Amino acid sequence: MTEATVILYAIYIFMLAVFVGFEVISKVPVQLHTPLMSGTNAIHGIVMLGGMLVLAESGNNALLTWLGFAAVVLGAMNLFGGFVVTDRMLEMFKTKKPAAGGK
Amino acid sequence: MDFPKLLSDIAYLVSAILFIVGLKFLSNPKKARNGNQLAAIGMTFAVVASLVFIFGGGLNGARTAEGLPPLADTHGLLIILGIVLGAVVGAVAARKVAMTEMPQMVALLNGCGGGAAALISTVEFATFMAAKSAGKPVDPLGFGATMFGGVIGSLSFWGSLMAFAKLSGVMEKAITSAFQKFLTVVVFLAVIGTVVWSGMATGHEAMGGNLPFYTLLGVALLFSVLMVIPIGGADMPVVISLLNSCTGLAVAATGFSLRQPALIISGTLVGASGTLLTLLMCKAMNRSITNVLFAGVGSGPVATGGGAATGGPAKSAREISADDLAMLCCNVQSVIIIPGYGMAVAQAQHVTRELGDLLTAKGVDVKYAVHPVAGRMPGHMNVLLAEANVPYEQLYDLEQINSEFERCDVAMVIGANDVINPAARYDKTSPIYGMPILDADKARNIIVVKRSLKPGFAGIDNEIYYDPKTYMFFGDAKAAITKLVEAVKQQ
Repeated sequence: MTEATVILYAIYIFMLAVFVGFEVISKVPVQLHTPLMSGTNAIHGIVMLGGMLVLAESGNNALLTWLGFAAVVLGAMNLFGGFVVTDRMLEMFKTKKPAAGGK
Repeated sequence: MDFPKLLSDIAYLVSAILFIVGLKFLSNPKKARNGNQLAAIGMTFAVVASLVFIFGGGLNGARTAEGLPPLADTHGLLIILGIVLGAVVGAVAARKVAMTEMPQMVALLNGCGGGAAALISTVEFATFMAAKSAGKPVDPLGFGATMFGGVIGSLSFWGSLMAFAKLSGVMEKAITSAFQKFLTVVVFLAVIGTVVWSGMATGHEAMGGNLPFYTLLGVALLFSVLMVIPIGGADMPVVISLLNSCTGLAVAATGFSLRQPALIISGTLVGASGTLLTLLMCKAMNRSITNVLFAGVGSGPVATGGGAATGGPAKSAREISADDLAMLCCNVQSVIIIPGYGMAVAQAQHVTRELGDLLTAKGVDVKYAVHPVAGRMPGHMNVLLAEANVPYEQLYDLEQINSEFERCDVAMVIGANDVINPAARYDKTSPIYGMPILDADKARNIIVVKRSLKPGFAGIDNEIYYDPKTYMFFGDAKAAITKLVEAVKQQ
């Protein structure tokens, strides 16, 4: 693949993802706004992978290594914290459903 | 055949599909929790794929294919250490944080993501500079994306920290002035300037060619602070949501500079759905996004609603004691409880539920009226009341309950303010004009549990406090309701 094709493919991916992102949450009830925000927040925790890559490639440049390390730590906080927080929020929605059904 | 690379690419594909299905489920109340779990599984795929790629020889294979020397040291130990450290800190904090502090927590985690994107961009910029100064050609899209990721990532990081500070009460007031607005425009131009400067950098500037980029990060810091300072605490959910989608875009940008499709897809998904979510939130508050960001609730009302604060026309509010209030509540047929941020911040949801249960046991018809934007995030009250085990069938939305206020004996407002402000109906100069409100003023008696007569987050006075039907029950929500519960028990 030529350089231009690679760049073009990246732009294709970007464009399609924009449309999918818009379409996928077209209707969302108000009480789910906060959990949804938190859930999308967790998904961009994938930035940790970027941190892993730059850290792996930093070679013997100490400054870049530590910047990469910091990126991994921050990314991991975002990723793991994000999923846990979202799950805690949604857990509460879950517990009240059986309570409502049981009565 | 480069097996580790192929394997990780397939895993990235699976994770992208899981993210999309997860997001779809997250917008459906019945499947939301599964949605989050699906996304988490997708993330596991992506992380494992990445580890396989880096440690399984995929990275060096790719480098060889690009004509780069293979790496002797991939800093494997540091990678694992970083993941474990971040995972432990993030997960423990997320597990420990009180439900009432969820909004701050999301802001903080979002800031982490933005910060990570900015750091990655910094490293990438340095790599590009090294290539430039060595006279090698650079990929223009990746280079541009690096600067975009730097600016937006830095904006998300500092903006989220500011939002965190505002929400945790370190810095509650919205600060606005003409000078500040002017300064924001100047700094915005400076951001553009430093982007151009960084874009034209040849790699021979100071600090190994990185000076323009460091300047850019600094200016972006200034800009985000100036941007968030004038926005009131009540609008923070919208700001966090917006910064969340910004982080998504910053992550997508790092995906472009690292040539990593998984980051492009996930980041863009979050960027797009986050933008839509931000607009939906604004719609729930009946505001436009430009109004939230630039008008600054708190700037207008200083002129219109400052009367009470500055001792304008003497208006009097009536106070009621816990015993009298208990007597009132126990001897009526229906009570509608309207919770707001004051209840959340005082952690009064449990004692509120206790009050509701006591009154129900005494034969009073108790309902909870939940305004969509009560609290600091849409849905905030639903989460808190659910945590306190308030029966689901006692919770009512705005549309369901508004017709009932006329027939209701007592509307008890616990730490809510703007969501019951009648000015939203008629006062065109009010910053909350047009926002759907709970018709608490139509109830036969109105009880307002509040710390003081100070205006709420929108910074506007509320005429309901001076309504002849209104009794003020002053105090911190938790302390006040606890007192009331004791008094009700003695009835």
